[in-house]
Amino acid sequence: MADALLSFKNLKIEATAYPPGERPRHVVLVDGVTVSVQKGKVLGLIGESGAGKSTIGLSAMAFGRGGVRLTGGEIVLNGRDIRTADAGALRSLRGRDVTYVAQSAAASFNPAKKLMEQVIETSVSHGVMTKAEAEARAVSLFRQLSLPNPETIGERYPHQVSGGQLQRVMTAMALCPKPDLVIFDEPTTALDVTTQIDVLAAIKRAIHETGVAALYITHDLAVVAQVADDILVLRHGKMVEYSSTDQIINAPREPYTQALVSVRSIDHAEKAPAPPVLSVQNVTARYKGTSFDVLKNVNVDVAPGQTLAIVGESGSGKSTLARAITGLLPPSAGRIQFAGRTLSADLSGRSKDDLRELQMIYQMADVAMNPRQTVGTIIGRPLEFYFGLTGEAKRLRIQELLDQIEMGAGFADRYPAELSGGQKQRVCIARALAAKPKLIICDEVTSALDPLVADGILKLLLDLQAHENVAYLFITHDLATVRAIADKIAVMFKGQVVRYGQKTDVLSPPFDDYTDLLLSSVPEMELGWLEKVIQTRKMESAGN
Amino acid sequence: MRIPLSALLGLVLTGGFLFIAVFAQFIAPYPIDSTVGGVWDSPSATHWLGTDTIGRDILSRLIYGAQITIFVALASSILSFSLGSFLGFLAAVRGGLVDQVLSRIVDLVMAVPSLIVALVMLSVLPLNLTVLILVIGVLDSTRVFRLSRAVAVDISVMDYIEAARLRGEKQSWIIFREILPNALSPLVAEFGLRFIFAVLFISTLSFLGLGIQPPLTDWGGMVGENKGGLVYGKSAALVPAAAIALLAISVNLVADWILSRTSSLKGGRGG
Repeated sequence: MADALLSFKNLKIEATAYPPGERPRHVVLVDGVTVSVQKGKVLGLIGESGAGKSTIGLSAMAFGRGGVRLTGGEIVLNGRDIRTADAGALRSLRGRDVTYVAQSAAASFNPAKKLMEQVIETSVSHGVMTKAEAEARAVSLFRQLSLPNPETIGERYPHQVSGGQLQRVMTAMALCPKPDLVIFDEPTTALDVTTQIDVLAAIKRAIHETGVAALYITHDLAVVAQVADDILVLRHGKMVEYSSTDQIINAPREPYTQALVSVRSIDHAEKAPAPPVLSVQNVTARYKGTSFDVLKNVNVDVAPGQTLAIVGESGSGKSTLARAITGLLPPSAGRIQFAGRTLSADLSGRSKDDLRELQMIYQMADVAMNPRQTVGTIIGRPLEFYFGLTGEAKRLRIQELLDQIEMGAGFADRYPAELSGGQKQRVCIARALAAKPKLIICDEVTSALDPLVADGILKLLLDLQAHENVAYLFITHDLATVRAIADKIAVMFKGQVVRYGQKTDVLSPPFDDYTDLLLSSVPEMELGWLEKVIQTRKMESAGN
Repeated sequence: MRIPLSALLGLVLTGGFLFIAVFAQFIAPYPIDSTVGGVWDSPSATHWLGTDTIGRDILSRLIYGAQITIFVALASSILSFSLGSFLGFLAAVRGGLVDQVLSRIVDLVMAVPSLIVALVMLSVLPLNLTVLILVIGVLDSTRVFRLSRAVAVDISVMDYIEAARLRGEKQSWIIFREILPNALSPLVAEFGLRFIFAVLFISTLSFLGLGIQPPLTDWGGMVGENKGGLVYGKSAALVPAAAIALLAISVNLVADWILSRTSSLKGGRGG
């Protein structure tokens, strides 16, 4: 393509890995990627973690993170191959012709400097414009990105604005020197779901109004479908499919892309209401040393063999509810009935059976398992602890559990560090299951996983529920997950349950304002969805 | 796994010192306490490192001194680690009042220079090896307490510790089975450093006359006995001093290597 602003030709990126206790190993991160971006167009890079998205993104300014080498192919920017350019040429290019928006704005800003100073820094240092011009441009960009008080927000420090606002300020920083190309590296991933679409809409508008070209990196196909003109699907550093957004979303050719598009389409019919196994009654709780309640008069029930999904943004009290139920945070009022008994408020007052029948699975499987214990020890401990199993009986049961989570017996001798993210979460599920629980609390168990892997975990959880008749209290901020797994839903907002009932009732109108906001914030695999939602919703997100 | 040259050197030297200490009786050419030459004889074929202030063979005394120095330092380090790390873990796991009380006691002990505390205690208590080991071990355990508490606090906020608590595990299981294996690497590295401090501490005490008592000897005591010779250009005091320095450096090289391995260990969570 002749008018391409940026084109990669047969790009190859390599690195040296240093696995602990082993010899350094040579790895190829990206191989044979050929793709181009025209002026004013947005290319979406999508793939699971380790697919090489960010590595390719950074290579657009001929940069590689520590130890990463751009070893082959061409990176042509404005007709010049920058892969082999010298340091001086790159210095004048980075921050002026190509700029970068990182995932975590909070970690990328200097907390000791005012926002304006940081936004205009590269524009002034590259001599693109004077300080006064840069400030005027920054203010107009703030306005374009619909930040509140665009004239004065630059006088604030990073901690004085919300996460969503900070992400937009960083976008303004990237757009300020009038670059040819902006690299967006997962700019909305760290934000709450309701804030995400505001930021997404602002970024999209700013891209169109300034006419800049962009690389948009994300793992969420539904998000990239809203902003990109073309999409490149990557896997293990290789191209899977490269096509227009319309083509990828509506008629994907490769099986991998098809799987990505159809993810979270698990069909789960809700079960009929039944008498509860867990009943949370008028629970109010606050953290020690604070003066406000993080849970306010919460009432929810979970029926045996069914799933109650607790939905809400971060800070809504979802995880605190789990802590109250498990006894880690004794409630200041209310009581918790479990399997016909009233549970002691405090963990230390609970019987072994209370503990055994109420299990928990965590968001970060990495830190939920002792890195110095093998899978066999991790799964075997509850067997030994609750049932006194030892020797051969224990080994057989471990094998049985490993089979149930669709992993072979060979995994029993492995350490957590030798497992993939999905396998780690499966082991955590097996550990919970080993106790033969009546209820498992699942705290954001799929949110740290890649979509396809998360899908596998959800299917596994549903299968296990059918076989073991175990109930789930499923905490999540992701409504697509809720649709896939829940029988009942409780929507939480600022420590209160604002909507509660059977899944179909909660998900059918009329909605209260908050539920409407939450439901409308989940990106859908549909072109033009973003504009439709921004126009029709009733309430702005709290982070806005 | 490749061992860097510095660590290899440290391992060889440390191993050599240990060997000498264990087999002192068989290696030393002369008994520890018999006068076999003149006062401050120069090194010769019969006395490789010369003789000391009353004509005893320095090499032999150095070899026996290694045994005492290393034994006392090792015993007190083991004591300080057992005591310090157990209490440190306990403070981290229990938190609240237990943590407050233990931490403030440790602050109190650390507020007074250990050498002064040790001198006072040793002037009151009977002077023998057991008392010496106990005093050094207890004083040193405050440092170990600080480190192990810090490491354990980091570990105890991990979800796997919460999972163990929710399972209903006892405190001892949490300390010994969940926390200890993850805290081991930094503690082992620290052990090397504390061992060196113990060597220096005993040497200091012996130099001042409150450590190892005659007829036994250690390196610090030997420096003390022979320091008068320095005025006359006799090097007898420098030999044990050099031995102390060499031991300190070689153990440090090993400790450094262990520490660098810890921080590069993924999932080690102790660095």
